[in-house]
Amino acid sequence: MATLLLAEHDNKALNGVTAKALTAATALGAPVHVLVAGQDAKAVAEAAAALSGVDKVLLADDALYAHRLAEPLAALLVSLAGGYDAIVAPSTSMTKNVLPRVAALLDVMQVSDIIKVVSPDTFERPIYAGNAIQTVQSTDAKKVITVRTASFAATGAGGSAAVEAVGAQADPGVSSFVDESLAVSDRPELTAAKIIVSGGRAVGSKEKFGEVIEPLADVLGAAVGASRAAVDAGYAPNDWQVGQTGKVVAPELYVAIGISGAIQHLAGMKDSKVIVAINKDEEAPIFQVADYGLVGDLFAIVPELKSEIAKVKG
Amino acid sequence: MKVLVPVKRVVDYNVKVRVKSDGTGVELSHVKMSMNPFDEIAVEEALRLKEAGIATEVVAVSIGPAQASETLRTALAMGADRGILVKTDATVEPLAVAKILKAVIAEEAPRLVILGKQAIDDDANQTGQMLAALLGWGQGTFASKVVIDGDAVLVTREIDGGAQTVRLALPAIVTTDLRLNEPRYASLPNIMKAKKKPIDEKSPDGYGVDVAPRLKVLTTAEPAGRKAGVKVGSVSELVAKLKDEAGVI
Ligand SMILES: Cc1cc2nc3c(=O)[nH]c(=O)nc-3n(C[C@H](O)[C@H](O)[C@H](O)COP(=O)(O)OP(=O)(O)OC[C@H]3O[C@@H](n4cnc5c(N)ncnc54)[C@H](O)[C@@H]3O)c2cc1C
Ligand SMILES: Nc1ncnc2c1ncn2[C@@H]1O[C@H](COP(=O)(O)O)[C@@H](O)[C@H]1O
Repeated sequence: MATLLLAEHDNKALNGVTAKALTAATALGAPVHVLVAGQDAKAVAEAAAALSGVDKVLLADDALYAHRLAEPLAALLVSLAGGYDAIVAPSTSMTKNVLPRVAALLDVMQVSDIIKVVSPDTFERPIYAGNAIQTVQSTDAKKVITVRTASFAATGAGGSAAVEAVGAQADPGVSSFVDESLAVSDRPELTAAKIIVSGGRAVGSKEKFGEVIEPLADVLGAAVGASRAAVDAGYAPNDWQVGQTGKVVAPELYVAIGISGAIQHLAGMKDSKVIVAINKDEEAPIFQVADYGLVGDLFAIVPELKSEIAKVKG
Repeated sequence: MKVLVPVKRVVDYNVKVRVKSDGTGVELSHVKMSMNPFDEIAVEEALRLKEAGIATEVVAVSIGPAQASETLRTALAMGADRGILVKTDATVEPLAVAKILKAVIAEEAPRLVILGKQAIDDDANQTGQMLAALLGWGQGTFASKVVIDGDAVLVTREIDGGAQTVRLALPAIVTTDLRLNEPRYASLPNIMKAKKKPIDEKSPDGYGVDVAPRLKVLTTAEPAGRKAGVKVGSVSELVAKLKDEAGVI
């Protein structure tokens, strides 16, 4: 049979994590169909169809899927599941919400956050905040899988799959959308960024994030991340949180500023290619994973770093 | 309205777990165990609903070994009214946990179930969603705000890019995110009082649930470590290294 990949998007553009999950989906060995569920999402379906190796794109275009609420979207996925051996999705807040619901409706134990496809039924996944890696074999006839996209390279363009419309399923009628507040930013998304500049509790305020952390990110063309402590204190929005229970990232360069390096934070960034830590405490655990550590006061170091980098970049 | 709160006994979040040298799992003996931090947030939210006069009873339930009763005691000391221990020494996967919880719910008939979004041992992030599926209820996952509104609950959820609010018909499932509330500590008098609160003991068999795992764990391994790095003495040295040695800027 085939593999069904659930696309991540905002109705306008296909999110890049989809192409990363496609790499994992392709590794299962079967033809991959991509499901785009949304409203006025034709452009998204076309973008998915252009990905290399995609066999077919299913477009469920209906107001019911505008916000991808779990209940109607799970009903749609279950209605399609008969034709597939595996249902795969990039691990995002949307898919983490909907895929376990699909799995339970199919009586399947989901494999969450895989970092490697060993064979079509065997996967590696981190447990205990990444302090151990389990190799698990799924004994269920169907597989339901979320993919940790930081662990897979994106599949490139080069496909020209057909886009097929699929009808909406009945709304289970237990949930409705009320509202949404989404930040608009010119910076790259955390999960797509090649460089991430992250600030911790030591940054001290939302204003200081804007004055100290964000200018460095801007000169590097970087995304901005944060520790849980910084998010809890309101210095940074919740979806900037990097870590075990936030976003998992693996950019080319991760700059951790005023972050102690708790295991929960390391879980989200320790696979970054190059890690820089700036911390006034030379004993801070973040230095154990940092390629380059600089001990000192962030309020002195970061502005200087910003100007030096600006100079180098000309 | 009765509120049910599933609480899991897990390795304390401060413990750095070690993988057993024979690859059969992680070292769990002589390790500090605690209530899953997200479940403390769930208990707290249920208690606040009770204090607001919305919830009438808060029932904590845990599926696990005999020692999981300690986790239930913690919930009772925080203020939950009673506990249910579904005792088993088996490793119970989220799907089977959801099936057991469904059976508990058939007996208890709560209007709201508040779970953690994620257990910090298996990092599965599945149980609440699976339970909602099995019951056909609405789900408000990763909640940062929960407001009961008559026959419905408004749940504000932490999502990629910001926040989303959904309206769910009751009964419904909520899973907690970190910013929902700050859980209270149990006071000494409440810890004493909790010793007298009832804990019912049940078994997966008694509920007719097969807990045989669907995922076969082949090995558990140490993650690849990182090479020790260097400390640099100045910003200009750092920039030079990033440019010439690492080639990332
Ligand atoms: C269930 C659970 C889930 C969690 N999930 C996450 C998660 O996903 N992500 C996450 O990040 N955390 C998570 N945490 C929290 C984690 O345990 C830590 O509490 C948190 O990461 C600490 O954030 P921090 O490093 O910013 O703050 P702190 O630990 O307070 O560290 C601040 C650091 O700044 C340094 N500093 C102070 N002043 C300066 C200065 N002027 N210049 C330079 N350095 C300075 C200090 O030396 C210190 O090292 C979780 C915790 C739990 C219990
Ligand atoms: N054995 C268990 N006993 C009680 N509650 C559990 C158990 N396992 C999971 N849960 C609940 O489900 C949530 C999510 O767990 P998980 O899906 O394993 O990440 C936890 O925060 C608990 O609220």
